[in-house]
Amino acid sequence: MAEELKLFRTWSSPYSLRVVHALKIKGLEYETIFEDLSSKSASLLQYNPVNKKVPVLVHNGKAICESLVILEYIDETWKQCPLLPRDPYEKAKARFWAKFGDEKLSSSIWNVLISQGKEQEEAIAAAVQNLKLIEEQLQEKKFFGGEKIGYLDIAFGWTANLISILEEIIDLKLVDEEKLPLLSAWMQNFSDDPVIKQCWPPRDKLVVKFQAMRESNLKTVLSQ
Amino acid sequence: MGNDELILLNYWPSMFGARVRIALEEKGLDYEYREEDLLNKSPLLLQMNPVHKKIPVLIHNGKPVCESNIIVQYIDEVWYDKAPLLPSDPYQKAQARFWADYIDKKLYDSGRKITFHKNKEEAEEGKKEVLEIFKVLEGALEEKPYFGGENFGYVDISLIGFYMWFHAYETCANFSIEAECPKLMAWVKRCLERKTVSKSLGDPKTVYEIVLKFRKKLGLD
Repeated sequence: MAEELKLFRTWSSPYSLRVVHALKIKGLEYETIFEDLSSKSASLLQYNPVNKKVPVLVHNGKAICESLVILEYIDETWKQCPLLPRDPYEKAKARFWAKFGDEKLSSSIWNVLISQGKEQEEAIAAAVQNLKLIEEQLQEKKFFGGEKIGYLDIAFGWTANLISILEEIIDLKLVDEEKLPLLSAWMQNFSDDPVIKQCWPPRDKLVVKFQAMRESNLKTVLSQ
Repeated sequence: MGNDELILLNYWPSMFGARVRIALEEKGLDYEYREEDLLNKSPLLLQMNPVHKKIPVLIHNGKPVCESNIIVQYIDEVWYDKAPLLPSDPYQKAQARFWADYIDKKLYDSGRKITFHKNKEEAEEGKKEVLEIFKVLEGALEEKPYFGGENFGYVDISLIGFYMWFHAYETCANFSIEAECPKLMAWVKRCLERKTVSKSLGDPKTVYEIVLKFRKKLGLD
């Protein structure tokens, strides 16, 4: 039977990008539907009525939502280029750190984006602490998955792109090559991987987008 | 799999800890239960979960597994030969994970608005949110006995621990979950008939007393 794969995404969503990475690593053909979140399509609302968000993967008419859930679905359905470790303990660790990335790490990075002055200094200290914890998981490996890109690399993938954009906007370094050498190297290796490289959204557009987010959030804080 | 050492670090009112207790019971596993005082966390807890310093933590042959839904999946994958908790079909599994994730992201925070409300408005807001979440979950349940269908499983395990907090929610925000969500309560009663569930859940009235004690301590009442 011909597989039908559709991915609902936006041009910038880092969560959607995870699914793109996984599909490309697995060598899967799929159709992309770009969504405008200010005007969601009827299809998106039909496939994800609960959260109404991207990404949504539709496989032979059946919808799977939530990027990390989609990653596991892809890995379980297509066995080539395995993404998750096979050992249950290693799997549990990977899931733990992916959750940490989505919760503690991403909110600490967000806090750096939307703050300034003393508050930003504190936000940076907290973010760097979290980044150090991530780096410890790398140990001496090239990727979190070992020799090849795996689930956790894909889960953390947004950092390889968005952190340098944040650094450009605030004109401060978060991932210092001296202080976080392994993470720094990972970001380079991940970004430069031939499969990953072709997927990055246009950098200049992302800078504009995040700059705007910073400005509107700072304005909100100041007006409180 | 012969001589596994299993230790569960928990705090009995935790709806998250309940998930792990139920999973261990469903698999018929022997384990050592250790109650934590969250105001005076044990060195073992701090050592085994240095990142979050939270319960539940399952220590399996000395190695820690943290985050309740991750622990439940771990238990299901290690002891795969009995009482499967997740479906084997990848699509059904994805649905189960989606709903467990939904419960995780929404219910605790909205429930907290009710129990630790600073004013009546916050309690009302929490109540509205919780009822909305319950309605969505009732929709997902459809006419099935359990979320996964005929068999008790991952999503049921993810949600049922919150039953310990229903009385507290109802009393703090003055409403009846039974009246508003009868289908959900029918599902609750069905789950409570399972010994694995009833022995893993603490008394809702005691949970409410604990809430009152904390409210006083935090100067909310």
